[in-house]
Amino acid sequence: MKIFNYFGNYFSNRETFQEIIVIPVFATLLAIFLGLLLLIVSGSSNEIALKALIALFYGSFGSISSISETLTAATPLIFAALGIAVGFKAGLFNIGAEGQIILGGMAAVIIGFSFQLPFFIHLILILLVGALFGALYAFISGWLKATTGAHEVITTIMLNLIAYRLLDFFLRIPSIQKEGRNDPISKSILDTAELPRILYFLDPNLRVHMGFLIAIFAVLIVYWLIFYTTIGYEFRAVGKNLEASRYSGISPSMTIILAMSIAGLLAGLAGASQIAGVLGRATPGFSAGIGFDAIAVALLGRAHPIGVLFAGILFGALIAGGRQMQVSADVSLDLITVIQALIIIFIAAPVLIRKLFPWIFR
Amino acid sequence: MKLHEISKSFGPVKANSNINLTVDRGEILGLLGENGAGKTTLMNILTGLYKPDSGKILIDNQLREFHNPREANKNGVGMVHQHFMLVPVFSVTENIILGEEPTKRFNKIDLENAKNKVLKISSEYKLDVDPDQIIEKLPVGIQQRVEIIKILFRDAEILIFDEPTAVLTPQEVVEFFEIIKNLKKTGKAIIFITHKLHEVLEICDRINVLRRGKIVGEEYPKKTDKKKLAELMVGRTVNLRTSRKKMEQGEVLLEVNGLSILSDNKEYVLSNVDLKLHKNEILGIAGVQGNGQTELVEALTGLRSVSSGKISYFGKEYKNFSPRKIHQLGVRHIPEDRQKQGLIGEFSLTENSILNTYYEEEFSYNITLNWTNAKIEAKKIIEKFDVRTNSENISANKLSGGNQQKLLIGREMSRSINLLIASQPTRGVDVGSIEYIHNQIVFARNKGIGVILNSTELEEIIALSDRIIVLFEGKVIAEFPSDTDPNIIGLAMAGEN
Ligand SMILES: Nc1ncnc2c1ncn2[C@@H]1O[C@H](COP(=O)(O)OP(=O)(O)OP(=O)(O)O)[C@@H](O)[C@H]1O
Ligand SMILES: [Mg+2]
Repeated sequence: MKIFNYFGNYFSNRETFQEIIVIPVFATLLAIFLGLLLLIVSGSSNEIALKALIALFYGSFGSISSISETLTAATPLIFAALGIAVGFKAGLFNIGAEGQIILGGMAAVIIGFSFQLPFFIHLILILLVGALFGALYAFISGWLKATTGAHEVITTIMLNLIAYRLLDFFLRIPSIQKEGRNDPISKSILDTAELPRILYFLDPNLRVHMGFLIAIFAVLIVYWLIFYTTIGYEFRAVGKNLEASRYSGISPSMTIILAMSIAGLLAGLAGASQIAGVLGRATPGFSAGIGFDAIAVALLGRAHPIGVLFAGILFGALIAGGRQMQVSADVSLDLITVIQALIIIFIAAPVLIRKLFPWIFR
Repeated sequence: MKLHEISKSFGPVKANSNINLTVDRGEILGLLGENGAGKTTLMNILTGLYKPDSGKILIDNQLREFHNPREANKNGVGMVHQHFMLVPVFSVTENIILGEEPTKRFNKIDLENAKNKVLKISSEYKLDVDPDQIIEKLPVGIQQRVEIIKILFRDAEILIFDEPTAVLTPQEVVEFFEIIKNLKKTGKAIIFITHKLHEVLEICDRINVLRRGKIVGEEYPKKTDKKKLAELMVGRTVNLRTSRKKMEQGEVLLEVNGLSILSDNKEYVLSNVDLKLHKNEILGIAGVQGNGQTELVEALTGLRSVSSGKISYFGKEYKNFSPRKIHQLGVRHIPEDRQKQGLIGEFSLTENSILNTYYEEEFSYNITLNWTNAKIEAKKIIEKFDVRTNSENISANKLSGGNQQKLLIGREMSRSINLLIASQPTRGVDVGSIEYIHNQIVFARNKGIGVILNSTELEEIIALSDRIIVLFEGKVIAEFPSDTDPNIIGLAMAGEN
């Protein structure tokens, strides 16, 4: 218990600990177990199920290269899920991370190929502008909610759809489309804008990049923001009790706009880091549903920054392990989606977990 | 029914220790005790919400154990909580049958049948309600009847009322007493929790007093009086009357001219209100709940926009001001609903202690919060206002009702203050703490502060106010000096001049 006291008021009691660590862990184990059961019920042999299980673990944590893949997949999830968590704290349900990632990514692409700048400066610029565009895009939803009361779930979904079409249009603009290509694909960003691979010295093929370190830094910043600043205090007050926050002199509309913008900023960063760290250019599906997976990550992490970090790594592991599972056990990647969905169900119904494993919750 | 040696702890807090308690059929048992004494906890154990650490529950000499309120309900134990648990948009009948819906073929809800049963119960126990009304349109007193019917519908034999009269108007209290007398006549066992001593003396057959988790005494209304009960509750002599020496009115602190507020459905909830508040003065606002008091207070504190009229604080007119602006003038507001406005239930006591001052220099540097100072502030409030808790880190909703109120009042009154607007400041607070809060209010007034006291308790208004105005249907219809006969004020509250 000592270590939890270290985190101040917020992590000091048993309940929070159970909420953000114990329940997610058991939800995940149970989901994997049921996923494999499903595999067996649907006709696979026990060996295949066992092979799949081994591949899942091996492909996610079994070697340096699989760990690298896990962390690479986790990076944008952590950024975007942190944003969604910030929204949750202020009582906002931001479904729009996907669109904000796309905007952030598009901005990053433009910055990435159109400026000749020294290495470090270019890198900072690409991330900053990516974050800014994500923030601006989310600002629209926040502003609409604050001024007209339009529900953010609706507006963010709409903005997601608009973002997809914007991306299609964007990729066909002659000055952006890659020279000599007819399919929608952007020019590649310059080397100076790329996020360096952090395990380059071990093996140049290890893809995990500096974005992961920045994501951990972002976790700490968001933790500080939520629990140690007046801004976070306002977010939480508005999220927990709107009436009382008005009484206390907080302006709910300003708070909502700010929370939404910060959520978008982090999602934009996810997009930029994906462009600058992994993809190098934009294609029609480059956001790859990260914005939606991130909602699951935020839920799994109980909207707590530390929880989000672990949940992001876990989802990264499922993605990386799932690929290995597909290759070596010939099991469809869809099983991973099923497992992810099961995790969410168990998280949404913690009572189920408490009932199934009563001895842990004494 | 009999409770035998019940104990319950929350961490280091012994909420109940070795409690023995009996109630018979046709008996009304009064349960008294200071804030945090463990009354609600004990009743929650009886209704299966909490599991006791040790002890037994016997009903008709049979050992019983309930795992949840529903099970208790099925076995004839029902509770009306202080905060009603009704669905606002459902009709009376729908609320009553919720969870126990009688069904016809194909699982269709049998509303007709349910309605008839509701009507039967309501005539049997003289609980007048219209089964088709929507809950949110009903006054509190009627909502409470719905709660009572709800437990009778489930054939309750033991009925528990947790501070039922705290939210009722005096007229509603009279009606409520009629109801429980009827219930008593039909042989139900009744447990009645309250902080109002005259109520237990009036209605109960027997009184048990709880202090710090233990039963400290049993009394009979005929053989005891308020003073004795109060002493038993808090363990010392309590001065039930606040002493207040006359003071000269000082300069005008707050002036309101022609204030009108149009509600959402275009009716005037406040029309043309004028009032003045002076230094060294407590201005009581009397009136039956729902006559514009809430709106007046909200307008004065910047929570509600006004349709017309002027509000001037300290000689300067303010237009479209925000709650923060008003707070910065040194105007403190104790809101009438602690759980809805005054506190954030899921925030810790520390976080709640800085709810409207978190941005001030003492608690933040740029945007970084200073939790060390916030903790000191919380401890100060807890200590000074005797908030019963073992830590400032627990969330506010874990405090007992009265202790939540003390935390709130402590927060508003412990910092520099020029004017106090207090709504129902002692709702749900025990006699000992009422004494303390009243003394604090008078002390503040003696120091030169102006106080607006909005209370539905006429007794409280009369005890504290230097001047009393009566609000009726959104208008100030009368003004009285402090030594007026309560009956005259009562008549004015009913709209008669
Ligand atoms: N869920 C809980 N967790 C921790 N402590 C609790 C919890 N519920 C009650 N307590 C503590 O138990 C004690 C008894 O509380 P209880 O609500 O029974 O008091 P009460 O007699 O009903 O007071 P009041 O008159 O103010 O309503 C208090 O010190 C309270 O802080
Ligand atoms: Mg209570």
